[in-house]
Amino acid sequence: MRAYLLYITLLFGWWQAGAQAEVFERTLSNGLKVIVKEDHRAPVVVQQIWYKAGSMDENVGTTGIAHVLEHMMFKGTQDVPAGEFSKRIAAAGGRENAFTSSDYTAYFQTLHKSRLPLAMQLESDRMENLNLTAPEFAKEIKVVMEERRMRTDDEPQSLMHEVMMATVYQEHPYHHPIIGWMSDLQNLSVNDARVWYNRWYAPNNATLVIAGDVKAEEVFKLAQRHYGGVSNRRLAPQRNFTESGQLGIKRVVVKAPAELPQLVMGYHTPTLKKPAQEWKPYALEMLAGVLDGNESARLNKHLVREQKIASSAGAGYDSTARGPSLFILEATPSEGKTAEDVEAALRQEIAQLLKEGVSEEELKRVKAQVMASEVYKRDSVFYQAMQIGQLESIGLGHQAIPVMLAKLQAVTADQVLEVAREFLQDDNLTVATLDPQPLSGKPKHQSKGGSSHVR
Amino acid sequence: MFVKKYGRVDTARCAFIHPTRLVKSMAIAALCCVSTIAFATPSIQHWQSASGAKVLFVEDHDIPMLDVAVSVPAGSSFDAADKSGVAGLTHQMLDLGAEGLNEDDISRGMADIGAQFGGSFDQDMAGLSLRTLSNEAERGKALAIMARVLQHPLFPEAILEREKARLISALKEAETKPESIADKAFQKAVYGAHPYALPVHGEVASVEKITVQDMKDFYRAHYTAGNAVVAIMGDVTRAQAEVIAQQLTVKLSDAVAPPELPSVAMRIQASEQRIAHPATQSHILTGVPGMARTDPDYFPLYVGNYILGGGGFVSRLMHEVREKRGLVYSVYSYFMPLKQPGAFQIGLQTKKEQADGALQLVRKTLAEFVAKGPTDKELLAAKQNIVGGFPMRIDSNRKILGYLSVIGFYGLPLTYLDDFTGKVEKVTVAQVRDAFARHIDPQAMATVIVGAPEETTK
Repeated sequence: MRAYLLYITLLFGWWQAGAQAEVFERTLSNGLKVIVKEDHRAPVVVQQIWYKAGSMDENVGTTGIAHVLEHMMFKGTQDVPAGEFSKRIAAAGGRENAFTSSDYTAYFQTLHKSRLPLAMQLESDRMENLNLTAPEFAKEIKVVMEERRMRTDDEPQSLMHEVMMATVYQEHPYHHPIIGWMSDLQNLSVNDARVWYNRWYAPNNATLVIAGDVKAEEVFKLAQRHYGGVSNRRLAPQRNFTESGQLGIKRVVVKAPAELPQLVMGYHTPTLKKPAQEWKPYALEMLAGVLDGNESARLNKHLVREQKIASSAGAGYDSTARGPSLFILEATPSEGKTAEDVEAALRQEIAQLLKEGVSEEELKRVKAQVMASEVYKRDSVFYQAMQIGQLESIGLGHQAIPVMLAKLQAVTADQVLEVAREFLQDDNLTVATLDPQPLSGKPKHQSKGGSSHVR
Repeated sequence: MFVKKYGRVDTARCAFIHPTRLVKSMAIAALCCVSTIAFATPSIQHWQSASGAKVLFVEDHDIPMLDVAVSVPAGSSFDAADKSGVAGLTHQMLDLGAEGLNEDDISRGMADIGAQFGGSFDQDMAGLSLRTLSNEAERGKALAIMARVLQHPLFPEAILEREKARLISALKEAETKPESIADKAFQKAVYGAHPYALPVHGEVASVEKITVQDMKDFYRAHYTAGNAVVAIMGDVTRAQAEVIAQQLTVKLSDAVAPPELPSVAMRIQASEQRIAHPATQSHILTGVPGMARTDPDYFPLYVGNYILGGGGFVSRLMHEVREKRGLVYSVYSYFMPLKQPGAFQIGLQTKKEQADGALQLVRKTLAEFVAKGPTDKELLAAKQNIVGGFPMRIDSNRKILGYLSVIGFYGLPLTYLDDFTGKVEKVTVAQVRDAFARHIDPQAMATVIVGAPEETTK
């Protein structure tokens, strides 16, 4: 339960006046945008490089290639043999990793500030000199398949999420899982990785974010030295995707070995495109906060605490993505209750909200949490860099942060009601249910009471 | 993006060191280090509050916020075997009703000022932490709620029934998950009748029996001022910190020494359990009782384990099992340092058909490491990383707060952070080899394979 509160701090908060002044940016002549966030609390620096290419840029038959290439980026260059990248960063006391999302792919290192040149040298080297060989690819694709088994195939909740996304989106590439379909992973070749690398890995398709105990001017000089020589490339135009309006409610059931059923309801919603002009995405954020911003927010209070119909319940919405978004309601039924019961209870909450609206007190509470989180955010240099990289990569730019926070603070109760009315409609809805199956494969009633799995 | 987010981003991360073990690996991270690069460690102030509680404080005014954590020896190892789960539920229910405040008053009161509670709970310790803005108004309200929750919890009957039902649901769900099944069987195989074998959050049958009286008794016996450690980090003065520490502990029951845990039998019989599961992968755990927090071999074992399987991409296990052969996404080893020797564990997941081969490879890698120890080159690389990475261990208030709690709770020297890199640098190849040989017998390990290859499942 406490995780819910912590979850909020992971997300964004209120921008401090003055903090913004410490963000500097410059674009190198090859098109690489460099953004520096100075923070002098500890002698540490974070380097993150963000490429504007994620799983949504993949094609049918090669899903998962964005993430596979991310793995291959650790497999060496002409000058730095396979495995050396990690060894050199480790020897410098550094920590490193990478991640792929539907919208972008990013790589990062955290080190003592004196080791930034090393990190830049290594990162710029693999921006254009990556060695992609068939033997390394053959090993790494197996690792990725194990990753898929661990994170998705053997995880009923992830599996349900995957099926749900493929149901929600018929046209938009969010239809495909980031990690890729297993059948595609089985067919991928090193050549697919080469095509992907050549297409997207270029300075003019990337943002370099440096945060920590550094001086912006020195970072710009260093970036010029290490990244300035990487040649830019003509980029294929980013494709535009839309999802046509849904023509009625969709339902999908996923059967998997588990104990508890689970229900997820997802309504199509827009994301922010013009932060200064729009208001609906902000109102949707506030709606999610009113429903699930703290343990006494409506869903937990009513469904878990009072009616005891659910053992957990939640809501979520993300206004920032390259593609569209979903407004999510979810619940796990209490023992003896069903997915239908919690769906009815969630619908009842929405009906009540539409009837009575939301109170000023509820809105104020969510706004106070957002504001405090903005102060807490300053405790993590890494997170501050993440926020900048993310907004740059989805096309909003880091300058949007103060705008968004101010707009969020200005949301009214009427606006929350209006977006609830507009978007929380059945024709706009996909409902996914996890139907738990006994581990033995035998019908459930045969193993009633206590543990139901076979040893 | 700002309030409540769902799914999609960052789900396909590349190689986190051991993603299924975040909680435990954090506990391990919390014990390490200092640096040759001149780097100031936080100046820790220490005193005993009039209540009897031990206080550790670092004053820092960079950010207008305050972090406080109170820890007591009230973890799951203090549970009775037939009432396993009392310790966890007692901790869980602290903020679900206190004198004059119902559960909604508590969560709303915190949310209204943007304050947050956090909890930590393991075999040894129960902890409640607070993060709040440091303005007098917010800070005052947040501390008042925390003081009430810690010192006057009510454990209301109706809420206990509800929380028991939720916990039982979660335990039943856990019993279907290969990683949870493996973990439970592993603890049992390593610890036998020792309380470290008890599942941290109890079992379905034992949780069903828990009463309000059980919790009140447990609370009174274990949440005592004399055994409490208060860690305070951030934007308050020493004088304010003194008041806060007293405010949070003065009404706790009087100090009694925490009950002693029985000692752990360090040598175990070799065992191998193969448990059927329909998952596509086998989940494999293998290990022995490892080391206590205060083990004199702590540094050789810590540094050695970095080389064996703690050092992420550059460890021997990662190199042999993942990088060379592509058998796994994740393979790791760690020591869980507790009051008594916590487990040494190696873990991996791999598709069923290749599970036996992967386990063999892990055993061979371990046996070789225990027999010969690391090379000079490996030891140097380990030291470079641990020493060079020291600044990142204390680069945020949250991390420093974690160290304060650990130093206080386990009675480590206040110079722990200052001494750390020096101790790492002094470790020799012979010490690592010797310490591993004395702690780990590769011929006598407890092994659990959940989702074992079917033709061989017993």
